Amino acid sequence: MEQEYKITSKNLDFYYGSVKALQSISLNFQLHQATALIGPSGCGKSTFLRCLNRMNDLIPGIRVEGEICMDGENIYKPSVDVVRLRSRIGMVFQKPNPFPKTIFENVAYGLKVNGVKDKNLIAERVEKSLRSGALWDEVKDRLHDSALSLSGGQQQRLCIARALAVEPEVLLMDEPCSALDPIATQKIEELIHELKDKYTIIIVTHNMQQAARVSDVTAFFYMGKLIEAGETDTMFTRPRLKTTEDYITGRFG
Amino acid sequence: MIFSQRQKDRFMSYFFFIVATASIAVLFMIMLFLFMEGIPIFQKISPKDFLFGEYWYPTDEPPDFGIFPLIFSSLAVTFLSALISIPLGVLTAIYLAEIATYRFREIVKPIVELLASLPSVVIGFFGMVVVAPFLQETFDIATGLNLFNAALMLAFMSVPTICSISEDAIYSVPVSLKEASLALGATSLDTIVRVTIPASISGISTAIILGMSRAIGETMVVLMVAGGAAMVPGSLFDPVRPLPASIAAEMAEAPYRGDHYYALFATGIVLFVFTFSFNLIADYISNKYRQVGEATL
Amino acid sequence: MKSYAVESTGNNYIRLRKKLTQSFCFMLFRISALINGLALAVIVYFILANGWKAINWTFLTQPPMDSMTKGGIFPCIIGTLFLCIGAMVVAFPIGVFSGIYINEYAKPGRILRIIRLGISNLAGVPSVVFGLFGLAFFVIYLKMGVSILAGALTLGAMSLPVIIGSTEEALKAVPDTYREASLGLGATKLQTIFRVVVPAAMPGILTGGILGISRAAGETAPIMFTAAVFSSPKLPESVFDEIMALPYHIYVLATAGTEIETTRPLQYGTALVLIAMVLGMNLTAIILRSRLRKKMRQI
Repeated sequence: MEQEYKITSKNLDFYYGSVKALQSISLNFQLHQATALIGPSGCGKSTFLRCLNRMNDLIPGIRVEGEICMDGENIYKPSVDVVRLRSRIGMVFQKPNPFPKTIFENVAYGLKVNGVKDKNLIAERVEKSLRSGALWDEVKDRLHDSALSLSGGQQQRLCIARALAVEPEVLLMDEPCSALDPIATQKIEELIHELKDKYTIIIVTHNMQQAARVSDVTAFFYMGKLIEAGETDTMFTRPRLKTTEDYITGRFG
Repeated sequence: MIFSQRQKDRFMSYFFFIVATASIAVLFMIMLFLFMEGIPIFQKISPKDFLFGEYWYPTDEPPDFGIFPLIFSSLAVTFLSALISIPLGVLTAIYLAEIATYRFREIVKPIVELLASLPSVVIGFFGMVVVAPFLQETFDIATGLNLFNAALMLAFMSVPTICSISEDAIYSVPVSLKEASLALGATSLDTIVRVTIPASISGISTAIILGMSRAIGETMVVLMVAGGAAMVPGSLFDPVRPLPASIAAEMAEAPYRGDHYYALFATGIVLFVFTFSFNLIADYISNKYRQVGEATL
Repeated sequence: MKSYAVESTGNNYIRLRKKLTQSFCFMLFRISALINGLALAVIVYFILANGWKAINWTFLTQPPMDSMTKGGIFPCIIGTLFLCIGAMVVAFPIGVFSGIYINEYAKPGRILRIIRLGISNLAGVPSVVFGLFGLAFFVIYLKMGVSILAGALTLGAMSLPVIIGSTEEALKAVPDTYREASLGLGATKLQTIFRVVVPAAMPGILTGGILGISRAAGETAPIMFTAAVFSSPKLPESVFDEIMALPYHIYVLATAGTEIETTRPLQYGTALVLIAMVLGMNLTAIILRSRLRKKMRQI
């Protein structure tokens, strides 16, 4: 059974200075499944997501206790190469953040910094990633235009393609649709569905319907604690706890 | 007559506007008087001979007013000092904006500002009494007051300009871009070289141009440590006489409204044109290539 | 499982090299930052170590004696103070009003752009060109002669951009809610500016004033042709008198005096007094501003 889990988190505590932002989070993520993290603003779901690829390391004055393992290896061990870790775990951010470079250069970036020099290989991977990001048809004729000329939804799909180009094993998505309109959101959700087969996806979202639509497992965070986690269908139809039910049905927020 | 509040408000807004044009007025007056007092020299000598003449012997009989050696000296000193100040300034800026801890940053930034505030005459004095003898002994040269010494001292005067403007530019690159790069498995260095610097390159270029503009116009340092020889230098350790040094050193002796006086004002025009165009280029770059902000939605 | 193991061994060499490159580069960045600190420290150290011996009560309160080889620098200190005060009397109000126009009244557009261009170009004018301008305009054209007035006006013109810049920054830091609250209570724009915005920005504006004074105090080239003389038998009695000043005194003693070697202690002493004044003022301004920024961040 253990093997099935791609990432496991055990008794994870997280502090900003003296403030405890996460309390004893234990949560496992299965290989090739999509897990949604839901909860009200400030509940710690984004903080938790950023613990998974050690993005929080960038903030001064933070402290992490407990462990997060990927393929059985604790990613907070001192010997872990954070740079290597991050190339294995892709991340998509809340706001689209393409580099002020061309579309092609954006996708090729991750390959180049990871030491890929072969031009043909890069071109091949860029095309493949843009196809996986469901953006290829829209941009194939203007790969060398600035990425900033794309629409918001296209930019976000570009960011997804950019993350995929490095061939990560896990994809973290931090409210990837919160800055997009409904049509762009729908495209991204379809994309997540397709990507699930190949990647382990963890997505933070504010939007209940989105969680219900895209995820296999849902975890509900509240005030820095993991309240309840389980199969998405069960969570949305028969949650075990009253708090979860109240949140899902919109009785508080 | 009693004014209503409204009239008073309106009147004051015109007043503020007029005061705000004072800077332009001063700039205009500077140009006007430079030209008024400088142009008459061209009745004696053609602009071409003035700019490209190789001999500057303003007090000989007949005098020679060729400022080419002075222009060359100025450019040489500025270029050489830029070779030192650009790496030093930009690297320090990167360090401060991207790598330094908060505490270290709070210490180094004031140091850079204090360096900027050192009076130029003190830096010139330091170059004369400390650096010059040191250079003379170490390299066994005729004089320590030379091109290299002046460039070194000027570099420390332009580093603060380059550093603080670059730092602002680098610091204002959105965090989201840096995070995106790191999340793709780029190292911090990759991120700095491939994302942060390209995104802030217009600010860094502006900083470099303004730093060089400061170096070319700086007077006391070159007056005191450049050595003062009005000739085209043959080596790093030859004494030189940049434009500002020539003006400052000779103005006191130049007879009022004589040819020498006019020639010095004309030298001032050349110097002004240099710094003015540096500033216009800097302004153009910073406006044209406005820094990219958060991805626009 | 995919073949990560294979991939990662192939990459190990690259990763190690990258890590080393990064450490090396970061070291380079750090050294650059240290060089700046070192430069400041070395300059201040040499002036301090050689200058403090010259400093005593006589040095600070007496005029030079024995054709400049002995005695003090009292007239220079007074002269520099007069020039700074004079420059601020001219530049401070103009600078502050300009800042107010730019931040409170001006709308983005061509006029504002031209004004800004004027200010940034004024800031870039070489100090010796200011000297030429002062000579041609104030000294000769307006017939002020070589005088405190001409020098102060020249220095004032030169420190204008510093004061405008600081004023603008200080006004920008005042939260818009202050303005809205005041306007919402029925105050006019003018009342809002003078009773709410300017008082809130005052520490920042004063910081600009201090920076302006310190810039004026240290400059030599602009006063060379407009105000300063090497030696003056008496203290100035009116604004039309010529004057001695610290920076010019250093320059002349170090380069043109008859006894350059004998007066070296005096040169160091004068330099020490000048940098003590200038660095002192700047340090005050820096501390004031950093306190101010912290306070603003809390709002």
